[in-house]
Amino acid sequence: LAATAPTQRRPSRNWVRTVLGEQPIGYLFVAPFVIFLVGIYAYPFFYAIYMSFFDYFFAAPGAEVDRPFVGLANYARALQDPLVHIAIRNVLIFLVINVPLTVAVSMVLATALNGVIPFRAFFRAAYYVPYITASVAAVGIWLWLFSGFGLVDKILGPLAPNPSWLVNAGWAMPIIALYVTWKGLGFYILLYLAALQTIPKELYEAARVDGARRVASFLVVTVPGLRPATLLVVITSVITGANFFTEPYLLTGGGGPDNQSVSPVFLIYRFGIEQNHPGYAAAIGLMLALGVLVISGINRFVLERE
Amino acid sequence: MTTVTTEQAGSRPQPLETPGHGERTWMRWVRLIPLLAGALVFVFPFYYMVVSALQKTPNPGISGAFPSPASLSLANFVGINNAINLPRTLANSGLFTGGVLLCTLVFGVLAGYALAQLHFRGKQVVFYALILLLVLPFQLLMIPLYVLIARDFGLGDTLLGMILPFAINPTAVFIFRQFFMQLPKDMFEAARIDGASEVAILTQVVMPLTRPAILTALLITFISPWNELLWPFLITKRLELEPLAVALANYISTVAQRAANPYGTILAGATVLVVPVIVLFLVFQRQFVESAIGSGVKG
Repeated sequence: LAATAPTQRRPSRNWVRTVLGEQPIGYLFVAPFVIFLVGIYAYPFFYAIYMSFFDYFFAAPGAEVDRPFVGLANYARALQDPLVHIAIRNVLIFLVINVPLTVAVSMVLATALNGVIPFRAFFRAAYYVPYITASVAAVGIWLWLFSGFGLVDKILGPLAPNPSWLVNAGWAMPIIALYVTWKGLGFYILLYLAALQTIPKELYEAARVDGARRVASFLVVTVPGLRPATLLVVITSVITGANFFTEPYLLTGGGGPDNQSVSPVFLIYRFGIEQNHPGYAAAIGLMLALGVLVISGINRFVLERE
Repeated sequence: MTTVTTEQAGSRPQPLETPGHGERTWMRWVRLIPLLAGALVFVFPFYYMVVSALQKTPNPGISGAFPSPASLSLANFVGINNAINLPRTLANSGLFTGGVLLCTLVFGVLAGYALAQLHFRGKQVVFYALILLLVLPFQLLMIPLYVLIARDFGLGDTLLGMILPFAINPTAVFIFRQFFMQLPKDMFEAARIDGASEVAILTQVVMPLTRPAILTALLITFISPWNELLWPFLITKRLELEPLAVALANYISTVAQRAANPYGTILAGATVLVVPVIVLFLVFQRQFVESAIGSGVKG
């Protein structure tokens, strides 16, 4: 029976295969994932666009409420909102500190980690500990380290800023940027480590033959060789940078001091959920996504020039 | 076969210098300086967390980092348990994370396999849609998702509502696909000629061969729901459903204003939240392959 079954079914199968492909069962395999992507990503995305044109607000399921169409009013309001301006400024402060620091430190540490060194497994594990840690827990540690009477101030003595770091308008954002850099580095080090394996060893040999010393071969071979990884690192940190929430919510106690450390996502939460203006929050979110897209595009252009 | 190359790229050091260059020995120690400084910056805060949590009233001074064993106590762990019910919140975190892992393992592996090794019309469209959607920040989708799941579906304050947005980790699907692609085509042809079904090929041939990559993808998947604050924070109003991260965040934001030195209990809670993850990663350290994470770089 097993031998005859395929021959009997062959004609209809061939017809199906020319239309749908060799293995139509593939549709069944990807179906749950496709439904997931549509339901969790695509639909909410278009729903966000829709909401942003309305004075939308939450109501109990089934309740009929008036949600007037307001055109671009939400966008206009966002452009004029001083809190949004602070949030944008904060993202820029964040990126200026976070991106160069992340790229430089993770590239150097990954290169150092890539050689024959003692305790390699220990170092590798040590570096990704902050990355795998819950933000809530890591924030708890930083609150303790940077509190007015914390260890950092004890070590710095009279050099510690007053008011203390997290309640100091000038320091709150740099500390958030440092915190996020510290927390994410482990992931970027692993990315660079993987990318380092793709640089042909011959390039290093050639550089050595040409008389390049360690630092020179790092600059001439490693840095250019890691360019695709750097692009990914930069784009990922821009996306992270545009999306921080836990830090202003917990580390600086709700975007403090005096709203000086609010982030766009924190504002989305505050306007959308706390104050029940989801239409306005969606407009901010879409402008944020557009900004990320533009910055990523610029990065791509700059880093992939040649 | 493929697993062997994976192991090499992953856990073996790839020496840049040829061994036997005696004058290079001191270079190795120079390399160690940034590595040691890095390790101190990365690990010390966690040591400090545990040590401070174990002191009844944490000492913020430098000597507080090196307390005498006699002054250690578990009082803060009792304190945080009284405040946020550790067994219940841990169980909620476990259910949330377990649900996500299960869905990612079942549906994610199926999708990764189909995208890597099956031929059907429209496959490329699905793949490019995946790439495109990965770029959308979750936070942008958060408000409409909240409306959809809490208001339209009425799944607010349910485990299902908490799991849904995380159910299938797209990054894991991407990693599965990259690794299943590396397997030799002949192997699949041979199995199909032998009459094996696609499900059998996947579970009996593909998955055993790519175990390290699957484990790595699952580890990456594990940390996102376990550590997630924003979504479960929005979707849970009932205390009974709060995962540990949410309960601890609420504790930090309410208690920090009231108590003079609330850090002992906060750090005890943080320790309970962190330790399972670190233990898991250390246990699977050998399996944890950089090449799985780097599969995006090599493209």
